[in-house]
Amino acid sequence: MSRYRIAVHITPRRGILDPQGKTVAEALHTLGFASVRDVHVGRHIVVELDAPDRPVAEQSTREMCERLLANPVTEDFEIESVEAT
Amino acid sequence: MKFGIVTFPGSNCDYDAYRAVIDGLGEEAVFLWHKDHDLQQSDVIVLPGGFSYGDYLRPGAIARFSPVMQDVVAFARRGGPVVAICNGFQIACEAGLLPGALLRNASLKFVCEVVHLRVETTDTMFTNRYERGSVLRIPIAHGDGRYTADPETLNRLESEGRVVFRYVGGPGDADEWWSPNGSMRAIAGIVNEEGNVLGLMPHPERAIDPLLGSADGLGLFESVLARITV
Repeated sequence: MSRYRIAVHITPRRGILDPQGKTVAEALHTLGFASVRDVHVGRHIVVELDAPDRPVAEQSTREMCERLLANPVTEDFEIESVEAT
Repeated sequence: MKFGIVTFPGSNCDYDAYRAVIDGLGEEAVFLWHKDHDLQQSDVIVLPGGFSYGDYLRPGAIARFSPVMQDVVAFARRGGPVVAICNGFQIACEAGLLPGALLRNASLKFVCEVVHLRVETTDTMFTNRYERGSVLRIPIAHGDGRYTADPETLNRLESEGRVVFRYVGGPGDADEWWSPNGSMRAIAGIVNEEGNVLGLMPHPERAIDPLLGSADGLGLFESVLARITV
């Protein structure tokens, strides 16, 4: 068994109104960042777990996302990194 | 008839629901602790409003794993009536008892006010005491009430007559949809396919006495009572 540190990125699904992202984009425009086209605010979750290998660690994190960490109706998730610690 | 009202850590409308049943309806009510696997032979389950588990992760996401929820889900699958109000609606969606999800209000603000709800169907065990198209005055108080589902789900809800309540402008313009939270198609409340689980963001249990501004919510409890005791 090794210990892994897995970072997951969860964002509102494209096409679903994201008022928080919109508000942040407007604030960036106010600050003078006129080039900003879109902002999406999501969640960043770090899971530390024990697994025999990397694929198993990744697979179980994927299941966690599907069953709890992300809402399948409104959010998308992406496993950003898997690090052995 | 006995109403079982679930108390999660962070529920804050459980007592309002209790009073609505006892004072408004004159029926029996019991609190069901979230850690127990005991519905105490309740005839109706109420998932009350509040901020169960501090709304951690997403509203309702953690509450659905409470021990009592396994029993509530089994009760619902057997056809038992469930009234899921506000945070209860969020929990019911997370638990898969109802389709869709409740997202942060489009305004990003917590809205706390009396709204007008139009009764879209009286053909449910929760609305048989109302008149179709009548407009109710019921309070809302939530930060995450924006009903969201994919277009197929929304079309299905509409074609199957499962949109129970819609937010409207008021008695004068009852045809004007108006979402205080950005809900898709101004949806305020829906039922599941079998018609025994109702989810709604507004608080009927806070509208059972004219002294508190409205008694329009009482009809919902009376409807369940009429259906169960018949």
